[in-house]
Amino acid sequence: MAHGIPKGPQVAMNSKSRRGIEEPEFIRKVLIGIAVGFVGVFLLLPLANVFAQAFAKGWSAYIQSLQQPDTRSAVLLTLLVSAICVPLNLVFGVIAAWAVAKFQFRGKALLITLIDLPFSVSPVVSGLIFVVMFGAQGYLGPWLDSKDIQIIFAVPGIVLATLFVTFPFVARELIPLMEAQGSDAEQAALTLGATGWQTFRYVTLPSVKWGLLYGVILCNARAMGEFGAVSVVSGHISGVTETLPLRIEKLHQEYQSVGAFSAASLLALVALITLGLKTWLERRQAAEQALGQSDSLSSHEH
Amino acid sequence: MSIELRHVSKRFGSVSAVEDVSLTVDDGELVALLGPSGGGKTTVLRMIAGLEVPTSGDLLVRGERVNDVPVQKRNIGFVFQSYALFKTMSVFDNVAFGLKIRNTPPAEMQARVDELLKLFGLDGLGRRLPHQLSGGQRQRVAIARALAPRPSVLLLDEPFGAVDAKIRQELREWLVRLHRELHVTTIFVTHDQEEAMEVSNRIVIFSRGRLEQIGSPRDVYEQPKNEFVARFIGVLNVLELTVRGGAARLNELSFPSHGVAEGETLRIGFRPYAVQISSNLQEHPHSAVIRHVYFLGVQLRLELETPSGLILRTRIVKDDFLRQGLEQGSSVSFQIREYRVLSTGANNLSPEVATVHSAANFAEGI
Amino acid sequence: MGYSIVYLSLVVLIPLAGLLIRVTAMSWADFVRVAFSDRALAAYRLTFGASFLAATINAVLGTLLAWVLTRYRFPGRKILDALVDFPFALPTAVAGLTLANLFSQTGWLGQFLVPLGLHLAYTTGGIVLALTFVSLPFVVRTLQPVLEEFEVELEEAAATLGAGRWCTFRRVVFPALLPALMTGFALAFARAVGEYGSVLFISSNKPYVSEITPQVIMGWLDQFEYANAMAVAVVMLSASFAILITINLLERWASRFQR
Repeated sequence: MAHGIPKGPQVAMNSKSRRGIEEPEFIRKVLIGIAVGFVGVFLLLPLANVFAQAFAKGWSAYIQSLQQPDTRSAVLLTLLVSAICVPLNLVFGVIAAWAVAKFQFRGKALLITLIDLPFSVSPVVSGLIFVVMFGAQGYLGPWLDSKDIQIIFAVPGIVLATLFVTFPFVARELIPLMEAQGSDAEQAALTLGATGWQTFRYVTLPSVKWGLLYGVILCNARAMGEFGAVSVVSGHISGVTETLPLRIEKLHQEYQSVGAFSAASLLALVALITLGLKTWLERRQAAEQALGQSDSLSSHEH
Repeated sequence: MSIELRHVSKRFGSVSAVEDVSLTVDDGELVALLGPSGGGKTTVLRMIAGLEVPTSGDLLVRGERVNDVPVQKRNIGFVFQSYALFKTMSVFDNVAFGLKIRNTPPAEMQARVDELLKLFGLDGLGRRLPHQLSGGQRQRVAIARALAPRPSVLLLDEPFGAVDAKIRQELREWLVRLHRELHVTTIFVTHDQEEAMEVSNRIVIFSRGRLEQIGSPRDVYEQPKNEFVARFIGVLNVLELTVRGGAARLNELSFPSHGVAEGETLRIGFRPYAVQISSNLQEHPHSAVIRHVYFLGVQLRLELETPSGLILRTRIVKDDFLRQGLEQGSSVSFQIREYRVLSTGANNLSPEVATVHSAANFAEGI
Repeated sequence: MGYSIVYLSLVVLIPLAGLLIRVTAMSWADFVRVAFSDRALAAYRLTFGASFLAATINAVLGTLLAWVLTRYRFPGRKILDALVDFPFALPTAVAGLTLANLFSQTGWLGQFLVPLGLHLAYTTGGIVLALTFVSLPFVVRTLQPVLEEFEVELEEAAATLGAGRWCTFRRVVFPALLPALMTGFALAFARAVGEYGSVLFISSNKPYVSEITPQVIMGWLDQFEYANAMAVAVVMLSASFAILITINLLERWASRFQR
């Protein structure tokens, strides 16, 4: 492209006057209208409703309901669970993705399947598996009992169930990125004398960092919001084994609307932050890719 | 069907793709739109099809302005560079598509498709899916599909770009035969000057959105209007001369001044065949060494280097070359039998265009 | 995706289910009695029916959303695009809570809909609503990349042959989208079948009427009847994987043109 004039078809996408190959203005407006209306009514309105209901009786009622001891301990428990699960799944996820993307080994397909398992199984069934394994009448129940360890209907069970349910996020996000990256750069680093860890730290990780962050925030959102699996293993003991989503259910059953929506507003806020971060990450990634492409283009020309 | 473009321009945002192009294509013609990529030829083709709308100027079909007629109503057949065959439809359904849209009765449709498949050597392949065909077969399905509704004009965008060299040659000959049989007005886009020369009755040469020249293959080769055309069609030796002492000179070569003032420059160009060589060092006025020999089959292309380091390209029949006992490194005498003045003083094309495209043409040659 | 579903069900889940059954040492007769009780059967019907309906709604509206997001440029498009992921980010309990409120008699939408006879909160309709919400992103996100990479030339070719927009969409674009659409449908369906949190809030949770399968499992668990809970879970797993495999086969059939 010596003249900088792009070829027809690519340009055609930008031109406005593609009569006959684009929907008429009217149809386009109707379709956009339906899309915006649907998302507005179905997604935006529920979100706004959370905050509207939370503040239905004013700011002080909102603060007051958040200061209920049981709600406060639910917030703390949710933060604790996510603080344990996210780092663990970050490490597990990176290792699993690394193994799947960079090495060939027996049972690789099984590993990929196992990574996906929590996505395919109902959270309630996931929780059930843990109850069956660790519960009082479960597989390991008697043994755990004799050692005086309680997992089900206690915090460890909640952590385990959350770990299981949120396991795929980081790995799923990283596997395609690492596979696309190939292993040329890593082998180059190895020939230059880098150790395995240095190669990972300086070559592999930087190129997947946005995907990694993306996986982490999704993992966190799910860890804080998981309901089904946690509900099965928790035992619903207020102030002890109640996470924020379970607390919302309890308040809802007790007809404490403001209380339930106040607690929900915290989680909705997490969701909003997650979406914001995700959008920001995608933009950073796109910008970085565009930069990389223009670099390679200009080096091509000279 | 006659097609006419009157002062047609097309801009995409701030980029001007086609500038003030006027041209007429007569009924039954086979016309090539030729030029380097980005020259605007594809945009012109797409405007004729109705896939783009001109920013200004008029597009007329049989004297009627069709700027605002949507693509569906123009009754054109368009063959895309990528063929754009419908992957989910069989060969038969692909070819029948345009007929189905027009609610052709099934019996008539069947007959028309069968006729085309036969004409295109595709009989028996009607039930295949596009991915089960070879590149050449896909190409033919694409053309058959475009022709099925009996369009008044067939438009092809780089029709032979995606097939390999041997099949390309066959397809070219096949297109010429097809045109002769069907006599449908055909316009095709190509960046390959050899293809344009071989296939078309008329060539329209574009560069940077402008029309450079229209003419028969012979016209544009022998009577190029400017340096760009001369360089783009075939191989051209170009020399930049300075007038000193009443003659235009470059190193040891000198030519008449052609009325150019003392101290001014002029550029001349000549085809390789215009450079005559002989092993007899006395026969021609200038001397050179054969620096490189390229075998092209019956002919050879030679690169000559004069004592002062000028490089000239020439051609010679192989038998002649061998009879004279020439080889790489031989000394020869040469003369330039004819040349054209490309430009004088400031009146010339931008050097950028010239260098970019000459490089490609030296490799291909004619 | 297709391969992993088949693999998953064959290699992992069926043995897993078998193991669970064996662990609980349940007799076949007991299993059938619990797993196919009237209450359980009603729950299966509701779960799969509502999930199918939700996935179908998403297939239609998701296709429309994906089309609008990839084809048109309009103010707010990026926000719209970001919002599509909202159901992924929002905890399902919050979704159920706010949807139930929104469509209840006093809610923002319910106050208009209930007088019209549209009771969406605390009904089976509400269950479909909640399932549609939680599985919304799947169809959009699977179709978007396919639409983005769709060859414009194919649509142009149809146009030069005389096809109008609707005809082009129906005959050229839609068949090419079908495999991805089926994948998106399958993902949405699978997600909906397993959903629990949001439904709990919006359903009236009446056995035989508005109780979904995970609720039946929870019911047995609350009574510490682990074996019974597992029996129902096994049926649910098998049925959803059978459906996923069917859809996967359909998907493979639909993508036989692509190489």
